[in-house]
Amino acid sequence: MSIKYTKDHEWVSAEGGAATVGITVHAQDALGDVVFVDLPEVGKTFAQGEVAGVVESVKAAADVFMPVSGEITEVNEALRADPSLANTDPLAAGWFFKVKLSDPAQLDALLDAATYDKFAAES
Amino acid sequence: MVPFAGYSMPVQYPAGLMAEHKHTRDAAGLFDISHMGQLRLVGPDAAAAFETLMPVDVIDLAPGKQRYGLLLNDDGGILDDLMFFNEGHGSIFVIVNGACKVADLAHIQQKIGERCDVQPMPDHALLALQGPQAAAALARLSPGIERFVFMTGGTVQIGGIPAFATRSGYTGEDGFEISVAGQDADALARLLLAQPEVKPIGLGARNSLRLEAGLCLYGNDIDTTTTPVEASLNWAIQKVRRAGGAREGGFPGTAKVLAQLAAATAGAAGRTDHDTLKRKRVGLVALERIPVRDGTLLQSFEGQDIGIVTSGLLGPTADRPVAMGYVATAFSEPGTRVQAIVRGKPVPMEVSTLPFVPARYYRG
Repeated sequence: MSIKYTKDHEWVSAEGGAATVGITVHAQDALGDVVFVDLPEVGKTFAQGEVAGVVESVKAAADVFMPVSGEITEVNEALRADPSLANTDPLAAGWFFKVKLSDPAQLDALLDAATYDKFAAES
Repeated sequence: MVPFAGYSMPVQYPAGLMAEHKHTRDAAGLFDISHMGQLRLVGPDAAAAFETLMPVDVIDLAPGKQRYGLLLNDDGGILDDLMFFNEGHGSIFVIVNGACKVADLAHIQQKIGERCDVQPMPDHALLALQGPQAAAALARLSPGIERFVFMTGGTVQIGGIPAFATRSGYTGEDGFEISVAGQDADALARLLLAQPEVKPIGLGARNSLRLEAGLCLYGNDIDTTTTPVEASLNWAIQKVRRAGGAREGGFPGTAKVLAQLAAATAGAAGRTDHDTLKRKRVGLVALERIPVRDGTLLQSFEGQDIGIVTSGLLGPTADRPVAMGYVATAFSEPGTRVQAIVRGKPVPMEVSTLPFVPARYYRG
């Protein structure tokens, strides 16, 4: 299992040909209190970089970009019911969706934790 | 911190917007609103002169009292909304929006500068203490201040600091706005923050509080393209300035504003003149738990464009998505269903009465 990060502040936890996606601690901190998430439909396919969802806080709305190409296999219904999970537990209970990867090699180009932390601290 | 009207302003403090909003509704929040413009109009003719700029009763406002006013342009469009206070002795104290203050001063000076002395007060700061525990906190530092009722005020000492306070604000809560010399502002803010009920609150929560209270934000909900009647601010036009009143008209845009007012009044009897009054500001509640934000298109269920959202978010106290916007007059009755187009998807909304959260002003 490897966890990678994007410059759009998503995290991707991949194992085999599947991955779980959420937003980073830095992202939820910047957004503030999350009040709504718009999750993609299960079965829908997205290319890397496409908008797959939206997360809204009291102060702003932000797109959630697809970190890797693939098909949505599951969305986090608990997060839909309680969007504040994105604040309280962004890396576990606050996950957004699961993806069947169409090009696992895309993972290699994403950021590792140290590189992301440095990027987030500077952005 | 964000740049706003030439100032660097806190959007939120570490507690976050939601916690700040709730703290203001439950206890007391301190807002630094020093970016707002403060000025005095001085002279025996000041009230009569100021009244020529607004569809508002200035002349009859008693000393010690405050009122909401609207500067209009010749088309009846709103140049700014403001608060004014009769200090007595021919002196009117005025608070205007920060982003408008330079233009307001020039406008007032140009229009009535020969009839009264227009005195900007750039060396004054403005603090707002808002919430159900604001009076108790402030009275500890300024005994007797709790006797002011909503929209009254006067000169006070707060912990020994000379200030001018009114019992008013822009959150829908009981509270005070406090004008103080800039050099004393830091000390006054620290005194207020030392009270156990008081926490600092940023601009973000000020926005969500005023929206739940149904209050307009200049630049969002009202501007030079909207008239007082379109903005549903008829309550701010006292009878004395309306058709048949003792001092009817005589303000910029009189013909248009009074015609729209007549159309709105006829509308109460079911005969709205939709050509004279094409649109109105209304409250809107989304029927799904999706925030509907500023700039969102509003449509009828037949797909016809009928308006636009001018302010919107998930109300932290209302605990549902609330918004204000303009709709064609035919869609302005409370209970009317419309749809907002959010990211291409229709979200059903219902026209609602305002405010979304009951006001708790202290009227004695």
